[in-house]
Amino acid sequence: MTSSTSSLPKIGRPLNVIVATDCGSTTTKAILIEKVGDTYRQTYRGEAPTTVEAPFEDVTRGVLNAIAEIEELSGRKILDGDKIITPCRDDNTGVDIYISTSSAGGGLQMMVTGVVQNMTGESAQRAALGAGAIVIDVLASNDGRLPHEKIERIRTMRPDMILMSGGTDGGAVTHVVEMAEYIAAAEPRPRFGATYKLPLIYAGNKDAQGPVKKILGEKVALEVTDNIRPVLERENLAPARHKIHDLFLEHVMQQAPGYKKLIEMAGAPIMPTPAAVGVIMETIAKREQLNLIGVDIGGATTDVFSVFGGVFNRTVSANLGMSYSISNVLAEAGLANIMRWVPFTIDEQTLRNRIKNKMVRPTTIPQTLDELQIEQAISREALRLALIHHKSLATGLKGIQQERTISDVFEQQTSGKTLIDMLKLDLIVGSGGILSHAPRRVQSMLMMVDAYEPLGVTRLSVDSIFMMPHLGVLSTIDEKAATDVFVRDCMVYLGTCVAPIGQGKDGDRCADYEIAFPDGKTSKDQLKFGDLRLYPLERGQKATITMQPAKGVNLGAGAGQSVTRDVEGGVVGLLLDGRGRPLQLPADQQTRVDMLTKWFNAVGLYPTPSV
Amino acid sequence: MAHSYTPGLTVTDHIVIKRRRQLPLQGTVLVIEGDQVRSNQPVARAELPGKVYPLNLANQLGVAPNEINEYLIKKGGDAIRKDEVLAENKPLFKWLKTEIRSPVTGTVESVSTVTGQVLLREPPRVLELLGYVDGTVVETHPQHGVTIECACSMVQGIFGIGGETFGELVVAVEASDQPLTPDRLKAAMKGKVVVGGSFLPAETMTRAKEVGVAGLVVGGIHDKDLRALLGYDLGVAITGSEQVGFTLILTEGFGTIPMAQKTFALLSAHAGDKASISGATQIRAGVIRPEILIPRATDQPAQADTARPERGGIKIGDSVRVIRDPLFGKIGQVSALPSDLQKIPTESEVRVLEVQFSDRSRAVIPRANIEVIEG
Repeated sequence: MTSSTSSLPKIGRPLNVIVATDCGSTTTKAILIEKVGDTYRQTYRGEAPTTVEAPFEDVTRGVLNAIAEIEELSGRKILDGDKIITPCRDDNTGVDIYISTSSAGGGLQMMVTGVVQNMTGESAQRAALGAGAIVIDVLASNDGRLPHEKIERIRTMRPDMILMSGGTDGGAVTHVVEMAEYIAAAEPRPRFGATYKLPLIYAGNKDAQGPVKKILGEKVALEVTDNIRPVLERENLAPARHKIHDLFLEHVMQQAPGYKKLIEMAGAPIMPTPAAVGVIMETIAKREQLNLIGVDIGGATTDVFSVFGGVFNRTVSANLGMSYSISNVLAEAGLANIMRWVPFTIDEQTLRNRIKNKMVRPTTIPQTLDELQIEQAISREALRLALIHHKSLATGLKGIQQERTISDVFEQQTSGKTLIDMLKLDLIVGSGGILSHAPRRVQSMLMMVDAYEPLGVTRLSVDSIFMMPHLGVLSTIDEKAATDVFVRDCMVYLGTCVAPIGQGKDGDRCADYEIAFPDGKTSKDQLKFGDLRLYPLERGQKATITMQPAKGVNLGAGAGQSVTRDVEGGVVGLLLDGRGRPLQLPADQQTRVDMLTKWFNAVGLYPTPSV
Repeated sequence: MAHSYTPGLTVTDHIVIKRRRQLPLQGTVLVIEGDQVRSNQPVARAELPGKVYPLNLANQLGVAPNEINEYLIKKGGDAIRKDEVLAENKPLFKWLKTEIRSPVTGTVESVSTVTGQVLLREPPRVLELLGYVDGTVVETHPQHGVTIECACSMVQGIFGIGGETFGELVVAVEASDQPLTPDRLKAAMKGKVVVGGSFLPAETMTRAKEVGVAGLVVGGIHDKDLRALLGYDLGVAITGSEQVGFTLILTEGFGTIPMAQKTFALLSAHAGDKASISGATQIRAGVIRPEILIPRATDQPAQADTARPERGGIKIGDSVRVIRDPLFGKIGQVSALPSDLQKIPTESEVRVLEVQFSDRSRAVIPRANIEVIEG
């Protein structure tokens, strides 16, 4: 579990009917969970535009609208005017609890400080990210900026909160105090509300607590907690994360439009959406003992979670998203990278205008097939860029309270080696509107395969209707309810991708393979470079694949070495990807379009005859 | 679906709006409740703290941080001029003397005996907060600002760049579907808010800078022209601080899109009137849309703020704008509201509505892809 569950109450009464919402930056999603016999099931869902926007400027409007949709679909009376009826009055009236997560209004935006950028700076960043924050800047004594530049930066940023770290306990205090002096001189102001003091958490050298209190005590709402790096070899992120979560509820959310009301409506503390999704991702990895990458691609941001060898990491790419930030995906990826996934030609001006129109009207949906294909092309790039970002931060330094040796520390400093090993990756979990709501599940699968280029044998799944945040917060008050729904209604296994590493000319032999299906049938064939093949293999079924890669092609056991693996099915099936790794698309436009069309048709990606 | 709706943009001839004018930091309010204020009148004033310059005196003098007070000529709070001696050592031989001079004119903000650092601050800059709209001060927020009430006509745009400005409204095209070509901008339009039609080409932007117009209000522009105007590709719609020579407001979106007839008619009816405009747009984190406010004469009757509709649904007959391809920019009226989900060409099953256009043709459109024209 992540650490953002510090002060969550257990609910005394039995919970038989639960309504949960996630207030996203674009849409507020509500789900109804009911106990059917001994098992909890997700029964109805509703959604409505998030109403942080004028003319409403009250997040609870969207919540009530989404719940009203559930009311209509289920026939259960949940709302009494603008109030949620709790607890249940009878079999058809009320719910036992209402819970929520939120990332609306830009989420939790934090600035963090440390002394050495790669040491306490990174630790502070990980503490903030793990608590569900967007880190808008990392300031450190050695970050290369001149002192007055640091002060200007602190002044111009409008964070919701600052996390200050630096120094080991008992070490030198000078640099930490120096940073406190810069912050005091900058007089930072919070993003929302001019009348309250900016919350600042001090989690650095305990010997500097006194001077820091003296310098900052009057200027900010100072909270002091344990050092996140008490000794060089150990991180202690949990106390700072707890504090971040508490302050998020006490200060930040009180300022956002309508959140005071939302907090009063909810029967458990509101969790930042990424913190709730992180809880679920860690739980899956722990329960099934596997390495995973999870992604939640939203309207404004893309969160990437990974658990490798039990080490949890989370990053957020603050400006990579499919609506508010869609134009930034274009700016960061470049037009050519987006266009390479579009199976038709479109002039640059039209495409640019369409993307900007989505940015200014973020709640619209693709109505035509070509619009859907463009959005899915953009999502591949957003997913790809977010993973690159994640790899750069999920490095040698560990998660919560993991011991390291001095030699590890030096290695991390020099190499910063990523923990993400695509060959050791067992499972990719996708979540977020574009993946959860793709009209065909194979679209979700191929978006993730194209963006992440999994190597060897990798299983893929998707959040059925985007309910991981809801289940994350639910698991903090009722683990059984959350697990029941997660297993039965949330996780949709798409299937398994088998992708040999290597490159060759289209049509050349990539690997020979034989698949033994559970019904006793076998399929023996040759996978050629440039091929994409899909075999039906239902969820719960296992097949055995034996693959003999061509010379120089690797499936994880070494170049040319045969591999036999059990592979799991899913709603899409078994995907054999002979397109080569790294995946390279033809430079010539017509050849590229022809190639995409061939691949898309091979897996039935879109309704024919459009491609 | 009683509660399905898509928030729209307000276009109305009669509205009473309140605009909170807030200082970025505490200062002095210059007006009192009940005062009539003009758009260009300062209503509050604050002193923006000057830039801070840290100097590590301990390092420069080669002394321990806790000793620096002994070497300071100026103490915390003292005023200091550029090149004036801030600190000096006291050697036995005067040619070993080191003087540390101030790099700026300002005050000594603080002296730290922990880090050996002295912070110098430049003098504050005075920031005057203008009224922005002609109206009445209905509330003062001591040290923070005021709320001004204004009876006006109002048009909300979808996207804008540039900050607050004001000027006389002039309409430079004859119809809402005409592009605003460069020849339509005359020298006499200097300092005015110019209303165009369907499209603003890059050449007109250049011409607008030459003429010195205060603002441009048009249906659409091309993204590539916006990129050229700004000098960078705008990634996230948070704007208002751009300085491109004028404030720009789009009423419809990106591309060539005729300005909604209602919007064009309203702005045309107020040609010659004074308008306050703001290009500030923020679609995340507390939404701000660009706006054109045309204050009404005080003797004209006003009605309450209608920019905040009660929670309710789209109704048959509502005027709506299609906000997504393939019919992007078309305006019509809701003619049917089927409640069942319908499969659209992407194969998604979504809530839809039927819209009838002025040529009496009808189209089924996802509810998410229309916008109610409010007001």
